[in-house]
This record gives sequence, C-alpha cells and structure tokens, in this order.
Amino acid sequence: MTGLFSAVFLSALLFGAVTAAIPLLLAGLGEQMSEKAGVLNIGIEGMLLAGAYLGFVGAFYSGSLWLGFVTGAAGGAAVALIMALLCVRIGLNQIVIGIALTLGLEGLTALLHHFQFSRSYPRLPAADATVIPLLSDIPVIGPAFFKHHLIVYLAVALVFGMGYLYRRTQLGLNLQAAGDKPAALDVAGIDVIKTRTIAVLTTGALAGLGGAYLANVGAGLFIPFITNGAGFLGIVLAMLARGRPVWVLFGALLFGVCLSLTTAMQVAGINIPTDVIQMLPFLAVMIMLVLFGRRASLPAALGIPYERGAR
Amino acid sequence: MSIDTAPTVSATALDATSGAATRRDILHRLLMTLGPILAALVIAGCILLAVGVDPLAYYGYVLEKGLFSPLGIQQTLTRMAPLLFLAAGLIVAFRAGMWNLGGDGQFLLGAVTAAASAPVFVQIMPFWLALTCSFLIAVVVAMIWSLVPALLRAYQGVNEIITTLMMTFLGTSLANVLVKLVFRDPGTTVPQTRTLPVEDRLPRLFDTTITSGLLLGLAAIIIVHLVMTRTAFGLKLRIVGANPRAAVHAGLGVPGLTTAVFAISAGLAGLAGAVDIIGVQGNVRADWNPAYGLAVIPAVFLARMNGFAAIGFVFLLSVLSIGGESAARRLGVPNHFTLVLVSIVLIVLALAEYVDHRYNQSRKA
Repeated sequence: MTGLFSAVFLSALLFGAVTAAIPLLLAGLGEQMSEKAGVLNIGIEGMLLAGAYLGFVGAFYSGSLWLGFVTGAAGGAAVALIMALLCVRIGLNQIVIGIALTLGLEGLTALLHHFQFSRSYPRLPAADATVIPLLSDIPVIGPAFFKHHLIVYLAVALVFGMGYLYRRTQLGLNLQAAGDKPAALDVAGIDVIKTRTIAVLTTGALAGLGGAYLANVGAGLFIPFITNGAGFLGIVLAMLARGRPVWVLFGALLFGVCLSLTTAMQVAGINIPTDVIQMLPFLAVMIMLVLFGRRASLPAALGIPYERGAR
Repeated sequence: MSIDTAPTVSATALDATSGAATRRDILHRLLMTLGPILAALVIAGCILLAVGVDPLAYYGYVLEKGLFSPLGIQQTLTRMAPLLFLAAGLIVAFRAGMWNLGGDGQFLLGAVTAAASAPVFVQIMPFWLALTCSFLIAVVVAMIWSLVPALLRAYQGVNEIITTLMMTFLGTSLANVLVKLVFRDPGTTVPQTRTLPVEDRLPRLFDTTITSGLLLGLAAIIIVHLVMTRTAFGLKLRIVGANPRAAVHAGLGVPGLTTAVFAISAGLAGLAGAVDIIGVQGNVRADWNPAYGLAVIPAVFLARMNGFAAIGFVFLLSVLSIGGESAARRLGVPNHFTLVLVSIVLIVLALAEYVDHRYNQSRKA
C-alpha cells in the first residue's frame, strides 16, 4: 500500500515539476535569444505577466485554450515591442526600461484583475491532456511526462528547434553577431537593429506563451503577481546555460522539481517552511558555481545599445 | 557606464559668465525633470480614466498626502531613509561597473539581523551602543552575503548579475526562514521577530514623526558621492568601472577593489534594512519584502549615479509611494496603481533624457 502511494506520489511530483518548468523554460529560451543578440531583457517578468493576464482573458472569454495561448503570446510581444522601440531602436538604458516595464505590468495586470475578476475569481476548466500512447503506460514516468497538454511537447521540441536555429541557420549566426560584434554585422550589410528587434519580439512572444501556460494550464486562473519571479529565474537560467538551449531545459526541470516539491510538502503537511525548499535550487546552482565557477560566456556587446558610427 | 561629466560642469563654473550659465543649467534640468513627470501624470491619468477613476481627485490626494499635509510629508521623508541607503550602495556598485542586483536580499538580511539583535542589545547595553552594535551586525551580515558573488566575480570572472540575482532569491527565503524558525517572537501567533519598543528606536527629529534615519541616509549618500567623485579611492573604482583591463595595466588591484565594492554596496543595503527596522518598523514580519531595490535601481540610473540627483529621485519615489497608498485607499483603487505610475514616470524620464541629448547633439553639430 505504501509502495503504491509513493509511486503515485512520485509521478504526481514529477508531473508538477514539468508543469512548473514550462514557464521557466519558455522564459529562459526567450531571454537566451535576447541575450545572444545583445539585449539584456530585464523586462521579461513583465512580459510573462502580460502573457498570463491576456492569455487568461483570451481563454476565459473565448473558451478556447489555444486562443488563450495566442493572446498571451501577443501580449508578451506587445510589451516586447515597447522594449524594442525604446531600447533597441533609440537605445535607452535596458535596465531602466526593463525594470520599469516589469513594475508597470505588475501594477497594470493587478489593477485590471481587481476591476474584472476580484469579486468572482473565475477559474478555467482543467486543460485537456494529450496522452502519448504506449509511453504513457510506463509506470511512474508515463503519467509524469507523457500526459501533458500538447503545448508542453511543443515547448520541449522548441528547445531542439532553437539549437538548430543557432547552429545551422543564417539568422542564428546573425543573432550571435548582433550580440558579439554588432559593428561587424552592420558592415556585412545586415541590419543590427532589425536583428535585435526580431530577437526581442521573439522573447516577448515566448515569455507571453509561458505566462499564458502558467495561468491557464498551471493554475487555471489569474491572480496578481502570479509569476512570482519566474522571469528573473528565466534570466538566471539563460545566463547559466551559456547559450545552449538544452541547458535551459535541464535548469528549468531542476527548478521545476524544487517548486513542485514545495507544493507537495504543503499537501503532505510536512512542517518545514516552504522557504527552505525554495532555497534548494539556488543553493545547488551557487555551489556548482563556486566549485566549477568558470567565466560566463556572455556576448561581448550585452546591454550596450548599438549606434551606427559610434565609438 | 562611463566616468561622469562632473569635471566639465565644474570647468564651466570657472567661466566669467558662470552665474547666468549655471542658473540656466539648473532651470533647464528642472524643466527636463518636471516636464516629463507632468507628461507621465497625464498618461497615467488616461489609464485612471479608463478604469473609471477621476485622475484629478487621485493626483489631488497623492499631492495632499505625499507632499502638502504635515503628517504626509513626514511619512514621505521617513520613507526616504532606507531608499537613500540603497541608492548610495547602488551608486558605488554601478560607478564601479558592478551590477549589484541583489539589493533586496541584502536589505532583508540586514533588516532581520537588526530586528533580532536590537531588542536583545537594548536590555544589556546603553541605548546608543546597542543601536550601533545592531547596525554593525546588519552591515557585516549583508557584507558576508555579498562575499560569494564578489569573490566569484573577482577571481573567477563569474557574471555578477546571475550570482547577485540568485543570492537575492536565497536571501529573501533565508530571511523568512530566520523569522519563522530562529528569531520568532514566542509571544505572538503571527510569525514575526520581537518588537523593538518605540522608545528604543532611532529618535525622531524634533517634534515630528520623521525618523533621524533620514539624516543618516542623506549623510551616507553625500559621503558616497564625494568619495566617488573627489577621492583617489573613488577614482580607482571608476577606472575599474570604465575599463577593468586598463585598470589592471594601471597597476590597480582589481580583485581587491571588486570585493571592496561589493562589500560597501551590500553593507549600505544592509544598513538600509537596519534603518527601516530600528527607525520605523520595529520588527520583521514573515514574508515581508517591500522590494525597494527594484524601484531604486532605475532611479539611480536616471540620476546618472549622481548622489545629489539621486536624492531628488528618491524623494519623488517616496512622494509617489506614500501619496499613492493614501489616494488608492480613499478612492477604492488597488494600491498597485502606484507601480504603474512609477513605471510610466521612469520611462518618460528616460525618453526625455534621450530627446534632450539628441537636441544638444544636433545643436553642437
């Protein structure tokens, strides 16, 4: 009996870990693309929140989860558009604008939530899972990894898509150059501003999608500050991954397990403050950094707006 | 993050026409600050209109509470104290080219240690010694907390944005754990530290409710500004910030200076926490995190890491946050609108600076 309980418990834990990891994964992949192109996107927390709110609104009023994902991604991209205009096109300070966008979206989504949903707190029905035949029959692993919403598999596939993009395509090389030596890219006849704008808008769409997943599938509702620092975790993941999408996936899963463990322990009624478990992933990463601390391979022009002809 | 333009400003001051020029300069600065703020208020007002709140009433309450009512302005000035310390710490870090984004973790740990130590110390030592010891402990704890990012950056070249962000997540959790498990007041049901009696807190100024922490904060930020702009040590830090490789060739001990920058920056953030607790709050409740750092970082950038300008921006932030809280309560709007307002003010100020810069360039050309 206890054996059965622990198997069920374990697979629920892992299922929760994947659910918690997806927003981090999408935010991390997005941030990675911005950083590759030389834009430090601190506004990603705001983009996640915009995606979460608009994604929920879209799904709630249309009744379609997929439409919710579309509106969520559009919301994230809309915030990214502001960032692209201000930080890429006219070169304002990325940290000032990034933090300002995060603060503003925190306030704005909380405000809109107050006027729209604070009396009713509507919930969405549980999301339909796409069950993968055969694989989902494996004990423990099956229900944990192969009974998720379709978007989860797409997000994981995106990791490999990104890897292909960075290694094998012209756009991938352009992105890399826009972050490492924008002047060289410019001389080669490719528009740096355009390349960086593409990166920032993609970041926004991915973060918005992550936010929409968080609200619509993960929680089933929108509450103010629902992202709770996931965007900043995404920044950490992107920087730790040193430009490799697969490492973002591993990192997101590690943090996902810890987040899921927090919930599981609350459910199980174990009397340790959840803060202790929340510290675990950060402790693990810090210890790893202390032991193997290598120079982060960040793009040379990260955080520096590109201005043609400037020295 | 370049070395600032202070020398050119002082050079123009030596001109014969300096009086008129500086007056026009000051007027120009004032216009370039107040104009964007007005524009931001108009934009934010449109949002208020959209959600069905009278913007004039809202701003009226903000000004009344944040600036013009005697009680309100005292609260505003009190709120400034921790923000000034945070800004001072950020000025040191940013001028030296270190992105210390871990201010909130350092702030909270400083706050928790001050909250834990002060009630004990006041019982066994004279008042002033007790408070000084609590301040010192908060500073040391915050400094230790910054040691890992500092050493990793100094000797391994690990990017400090990642490490300080992670340490701030760790720090907020650790502060909660400390409040809930270690320093919990056994006399209350809600998890919080023991409360420092009002008479043992930092004295208030004269007959007001303004904390004397305000004076400490002003002193801190002015000292930091002078050290960074007028001393050899400050120059060394600015060289490290402008070009670390050149600093090595100039014979500066960059790793040592890096560690010093983190220690000073974190120590000031820890002081900010201690001043807020010993001066105002009296205890730390579990899950208390005002996240001041997030609003102060852009303000320091907009002030171009100039201490005096930062004082102005911190004052503006305090007016908006104290006034906003009150206006929100009276009009039944959630307090979150203050965040929107602060955000729009920051963006419009950044935009105005850009426009001003472009205008000056085109005039020179």
